Amino acid sequence: MVNSRYIQSLSPTEFKDTRSGFGAGLLLAGQANQDVVALCADLTGSLKMGAFKEAYPDRFFQVGIAEANMMSVAAGMTIGGKIPYTGTFANFSTGRVYDQIRQSIAYSEKNVKICASHAGLTLGEDGATHQILEDIGMMSMLPHMTVICTADFEQTRQATQAISKIQGPVYLRFGRPKVPVFMKADSPFEIGKAQVLTEGNDVTIVATGHLVWEALLASQALEARGTRAEVINVHTIKPLDGKTIVESARRTGCVVVAEEHQRTGGLGSMVAQLLAAQHPTPMAQVAVEDSFGESGTPAQLMEKYGLNAKCIEARVEEVMRFSATHLT
Amino acid sequence: MEHPTLSQVATQVRRDIVRMVHGASSGHPGGSLGCADLLTLLYFEVMHLNSDEFDMNGTGEDLFFLSNGHISPVWYSVLARRGYFPVSELATFRKLNTRLQGHPATEEGLPGIRIASGSLGQGLSAAIGAAQSKTMNGESTWVFSLHGDGELQEGQIWEAAMYAPHHRVDNLISFVDCNGQQIDGSTDDVMNLGDLAGKWKAFGWHVLTCDGHDFEALRKAIAEAKSNRGSGRPTVILMKTEMGKGVDFMEGTHEWHGIAPNDAQLERALAQLTEGLTDY
Repeated sequence: MVNSRYIQSLSPTEFKDTRSGFGAGLLLAGQANQDVVALCADLTGSLKMGAFKEAYPDRFFQVGIAEANMMSVAAGMTIGGKIPYTGTFANFSTGRVYDQIRQSIAYSEKNVKICASHAGLTLGEDGATHQILEDIGMMSMLPHMTVICTADFEQTRQATQAISKIQGPVYLRFGRPKVPVFMKADSPFEIGKAQVLTEGNDVTIVATGHLVWEALLASQALEARGTRAEVINVHTIKPLDGKTIVESARRTGCVVVAEEHQRTGGLGSMVAQLLAAQHPTPMAQVAVEDSFGESGTPAQLMEKYGLNAKCIEARVEEVMRFSATHLT
Repeated sequence: MEHPTLSQVATQVRRDIVRMVHGASSGHPGGSLGCADLLTLLYFEVMHLNSDEFDMNGTGEDLFFLSNGHISPVWYSVLARRGYFPVSELATFRKLNTRLQGHPATEEGLPGIRIASGSLGQGLSAAIGAAQSKTMNGESTWVFSLHGDGELQEGQIWEAAMYAPHHRVDNLISFVDCNGQQIDGSTDDVMNLGDLAGKWKAFGWHVLTCDGHDFEALRKAIAEAKSNRGSGRPTVILMKTEMGKGVDFMEGTHEWHGIAPNDAQLERALAQLTEGLTDY
């Protein structure tokens, strides 16, 4: 059963990129709070930061192709009360600048919002050099860091606004391609609180980012075959809403975790840890299997690397079979 | 002592440094001793500070950033002597549960520290960010930063150096501790820095040089740097110093970059440093 508090339609007519949700949210955050400032490393157009730049030229800082400097300048700007949003690709927002984030932002507990576009395989044709699949793991390992990965345009806009209101470092992950707009613009959004998008008692599908829509498609197909899936949108990966996930796993008895990330270190690893500690439950993952990506269209890559609704369905059937055979 | 002179404070700071490093059996005495004069001058004369009530945002205050965080002993000593926290706390340097971490950190809430440093090359960017924040807030205060000369081998320094004049940051005065030494030897041998003044100039900075152990020379350089406000360009002061300054057997060698004196060496060092204030 679809939760109408969150979902506007399962037959969406609008397709938008989540990065545009970031651009829209940044402008709104800037309107609401004059301490919000933005820094960008030569990717203003790609990150959709143009509207903010135009509205607040004195609060926008072009850094050039120098991401390390951008992170530490942002950390410095918090001293004096600014709320800096940094914008570049996810690859250059994490791996390239890990030490700067670790020392100047996370360890120093600075109020920097690291906004990372073009995450994962759906960056597409640029290939593996730019397709980061390790960022959720790297950022989640850092103490003090909040990690958010959004599902569609509306949610990315909401999250971009919401992070200005919490104190402390945040990693906000979103992507490049146009994807269905299925979340309501006014759906309840609370950092750290997972969203149960469909209710069901047969299997729990925990998804984040672009895989949330795929999980909803999978749940529809499964329902046609008599399987009721509970789809949980984990937009906040850290702190993880363990209560909602464990409560669902108790009812369904099996879990599939879907994410556009390496299977090690991402949401799947964290849910496995959670379940092992609190309610051991058969679990399967939809994730990249310890490999780099490659060039291709987003849809081709998601198909080849097993990150779509079809793959979620297959994992659901496997884990339900396993559960039925081993736990009766 | 009612009104100790700057020299007396600086000598006491040097005593604190060798005692702290000896007490922890680890730490970095060489660079710390070399920067004792600058930090004493900044904190006891130059900077407008509110040391009674520490404010992370530093609103209305001058700010100091130590980019070469390994010389934390000199900063901790100067902060304590200036009243940021009890001088007795210097005895906890590098010990379990201390606020005086091996490298400066904010997590434990030590007053006076605004960002962690230690992994080199990040402090110039942070200082620039803080300087821009002050400009946005309409303040006329100053931001100071200190860097090792070896630290300039980090690429991020030059990213920051390019950024500051581009964004017309002119409320920043950065010092380079030019002692010509780093862990593996002289900077000339390890990775020659070449024409440092020429490099900074080419990046668009005002460049000054002075003797880092001469208060009058430092005063003059800082005054000249301040006169550059309005030019849209920051100033770097290449400050010639002696690593280990004040303790004869530590002077001018990289050997004392990161090791602690033993008991006998501590006694020899303290014999050369008159107790200007009271030991902690």
